[in-house]
Amino acid sequence: MAAQTTMSRSPLSQQSFRAIAAHAILITYTLIALFPVVIILINSFKSRNAIFRSPLSLPNSETFSLIGYETVMKQGDFVLYFQNSLIVTVSSLAMVLLFGAMAAFALAEYRFKGNLLTGLYLALGIMIPIRLGTVAILQMMVASGLVNTLTALILVYTAQGLPLAIFILSEFMKGISDDLKNAGRIDGLSEYRIFGRLVLPLIRPALATVAVFTMIPIWNDLWFPLILAPSEETKTVTLGAQVFIGQFVTNWNAVLSSLSLAILPVLVLYLIFSRQLIKGITAGAVK
Amino acid sequence: MKHKTIKMMLMASTVLGSAITAYAADATLTIESWRNDDLSIWQEKIIPAFEAKNPGIKVKFTPSAPAEYNAVLNSKLEAGSAGDLITCRPFDASLALYDKGYLASLASLEGIGNFSDVAKSAWITDDGKNPFCVPMASVIHGFIYNADALADAGVSVPTNEAELFAALDAIKAKGNYIPMAMGTNDQWEAATMGYNNIGPNYWKGEEGRNALIKGTQKLTDEAWVAPYRQLAKWKDYLGDGFEAQTYPDSQNLFTLGRAAIYPAGSWEISGFNQNADFKMGAFNPPVQKSGDECYISDHTDIGLGMNANTKNADAAKTFLNWVSSAEFASLYANALPGFFPLSSEPVKLEDPLAQEFISWRGKCKSTIRSTYQILSRGTPNLESDTWNASVAVIKGNESPEAAGKRLQDGLASWYKPQQ
Amino acid sequence: MEKPIQKPAIRWHILVFIAPAFLIYTAIMIVPLFGTLQLSLYKEIEGAKVFVGLENFNTLFGDPRWSESFWNALVNNTWFFVVHMLVQNPIGVLLAALLSTNTLRMRAFYRTSIFIPTILSFVIVGFAWKLILSPLWGVAPNMLDAVGLKFLFAPWLGKEEYALTTLALVSVWQFVGIPMMLIYAALLSIPDEILEAAECDGITGMSQFWKIKLPLILPSIGIISILTFVGNFNAFDLIYSAQGALAGPNYSTDVLGTFMFRTFFGFQLQLGDPHMGSAIASAMFVVILCGVSIYLFGIQTRLRRYQF
Repeated sequence: MAAQTTMSRSPLSQQSFRAIAAHAILITYTLIALFPVVIILINSFKSRNAIFRSPLSLPNSETFSLIGYETVMKQGDFVLYFQNSLIVTVSSLAMVLLFGAMAAFALAEYRFKGNLLTGLYLALGIMIPIRLGTVAILQMMVASGLVNTLTALILVYTAQGLPLAIFILSEFMKGISDDLKNAGRIDGLSEYRIFGRLVLPLIRPALATVAVFTMIPIWNDLWFPLILAPSEETKTVTLGAQVFIGQFVTNWNAVLSSLSLAILPVLVLYLIFSRQLIKGITAGAVK
Repeated sequence: MKHKTIKMMLMASTVLGSAITAYAADATLTIESWRNDDLSIWQEKIIPAFEAKNPGIKVKFTPSAPAEYNAVLNSKLEAGSAGDLITCRPFDASLALYDKGYLASLASLEGIGNFSDVAKSAWITDDGKNPFCVPMASVIHGFIYNADALADAGVSVPTNEAELFAALDAIKAKGNYIPMAMGTNDQWEAATMGYNNIGPNYWKGEEGRNALIKGTQKLTDEAWVAPYRQLAKWKDYLGDGFEAQTYPDSQNLFTLGRAAIYPAGSWEISGFNQNADFKMGAFNPPVQKSGDECYISDHTDIGLGMNANTKNADAAKTFLNWVSSAEFASLYANALPGFFPLSSEPVKLEDPLAQEFISWRGKCKSTIRSTYQILSRGTPNLESDTWNASVAVIKGNESPEAAGKRLQDGLASWYKPQQ
Repeated sequence: MEKPIQKPAIRWHILVFIAPAFLIYTAIMIVPLFGTLQLSLYKEIEGAKVFVGLENFNTLFGDPRWSESFWNALVNNTWFFVVHMLVQNPIGVLLAALLSTNTLRMRAFYRTSIFIPTILSFVIVGFAWKLILSPLWGVAPNMLDAVGLKFLFAPWLGKEEYALTTLALVSVWQFVGIPMMLIYAALLSIPDEILEAAECDGITGMSQFWKIKLPLILPSIGIISILTFVGNFNAFDLIYSAQGALAGPNYSTDVLGTFMFRTFFGFQLQLGDPHMGSAIASAMFVVILCGVSIYLFGIQTRLRRYQF
């Protein structure tokens, strides 16, 4: 509604010029963003020699080949790997978002002794790569019998994702109006309800953003699946695809196919979250 | 609601996890390895052959990502979650594992007697008393060529340096093929397929290598600088933009039939057989002058050891004894042409290219890569520096003499016999 | 947590809100990490772990063989960060500003497409860009040739003077979606009333962006800057997968992450040295902590925040 009034006010030619310029920039950048992706996709449907003979050409009757996808289907249980990746990613994500939002709320909302220190402490984790703690983490998992379980991965990724989530979410929490929360308090809502009913819906866009940032490194991680859960039953997609990258010989068809397939689930998750983002914002604006 | 899903998932995954551990109760041996490439060979040929003979024992081959192998293996051993059998890198990497008590001594293993001292040298304590890995395979360096390309330029297979450069010149002049397929992006190509491939002819194999360890030769000596001088001349025969050419690029360039000569390790054979649709041949590193004795790098590369903390020690020993047998040697060597058995028993190879490589053992003297034994124990690391220097020399950023001096200074900074 | 004894009510809800995150994070991240960092005060002498105080740091900064590598990595890392700040973040803000125009069609399409590279694994990114930039398979050379700029082509990833910048730009390409999304979220949450009020005052278009929107999204830009800083100084995967652990050519792409990984876990014939490795990690940690503290205490507290 607001937008329409804007438009009717500015002269038509200037308005359409601006729109064309915006489209031009966005299309240019979209091409830059997608070009390598398209190269990967078209080459995943070509025979190995054709990939390197002419990487830019589309597969034709001579070069078209599903060999990569066939190899992927034959070698290992990729359906299971996808399932493992999804379980790990979604569970860690849920924990990161819930626990992260709770902690961020406490830090942003209440004044208490040690607030700043706690905030800094919870942010330390983004400053040191968690890989360094590998041996200690593995020892812990061995001691608790969690090696080769998805739980081990979920715990590690939750810990890994929390600092960034808290860092970003507390910044967003500070932007939520105090009047609203105080009104809630006057109405007799408990602090938990204020968090759950008032604040969480309002920071949905931020939650969606954090969800996207958190999910990508988890989905693509090779290191912890390799160390904590390398068994056939707990392999993730990224680890499964690693089978095709040998010491000397890399099966590029299979690597491209398996990793192209691996984009899809994350893309779907991304679409879900970005819809949440828009929805959350529009809902907030209406209120 | 979110809470519930998490709980369910956590529970599901724990149940799944415990089910797996319960299943692995009997003598199941797990092999740690970096050889992703061999997964299907182990699953389809080697393991079935072993299990048929030893019904009580099951074997699982579980390779991890090659580049991450050392880091992953070390972490697992330290935390106690590594497999029963450990594939061993040669020399110090495995020696360090033995010293820390992660690898068991195999001095009492029957099968270890099937190997010569040279074969065992890569996996034995410095005092020669405790071998800790069964030698599995070595790789030989040389050059693989595209027969069509040599015919096209009208040259025959070179046997000395002058002939090699004449051949490269002729191929370059003809212009249909890139004379040599090698790049410097990944660095190790230049050092391994370059320096350590052609070097033994100059430093006379074991003689020079041992003299370097004893401190009686230096990396600034002519024998150690001369290979760099040859490498510097290779630059003109490499493809355009070789600076950014990666190792897989080199492989593809050759197998797609665009390059004539490929400085190689024998491990390439099976991949090349699969991907190249032209006739290939191989020649050993050309000697300086005809009549000189020839030397080859016949490098001990893969061994198999036993996790000192394994719960299945007896089964593991049974497997290691089998790995020492002639049966395994022949099975492995023929399944993986280019990885040559180290067992004293003669093995017949069916692949002609692999047969060509192994035939050099008869006419040339064998040695291993110069930097692997003892000399890469300190900082700066001689092997890493050799990669860097080989690249710099090929690119022309550093003179062969300067490279030699830099490496010598680095080595002398921590290695007593060289001080 | 401290328990104020005299205060009438302990605010239990604060504890409840913080506890789960605090516990998981402490147990699985902080304890292992600091367990590792303290290794930097020890050394392995003849198989035994011996306390040596700051000796490893002395070696790291005093021995030219180590210190040269460290400063080289730090300088490279700084350049890597500068490229991101100068290229990635402005592009991210520009794209977000364009996308947040209400009337623009195909917004969802643009937003998704531009974000796709961020989703990709490093293996794919490394493969795709090496294929494109390779002098052998002809993608970049032919494309430049088509517009008559073939002479500009060089084997960038193999040249010491270009390799790092090239990789930084690949990384920008991959991660531009992150600032874009954050800024986009911030721009969308500016209430319409504020913009309408601006319209009434005749502030539209570009000047509306500079005068109204930009000040409102400054906190988000601050977050992005600090995230870029932290991310870049922890960078590892892209360089490792494109150039290997030695970060060639001639260490010109070596950043703190690769230097630390190589030292800590070892590489090829070089055995891992957890003690020197954690010394480097501690130095990295200090660098990053300084940056974050400057942000937290110097910048964040001064940013004016608006509540809507």
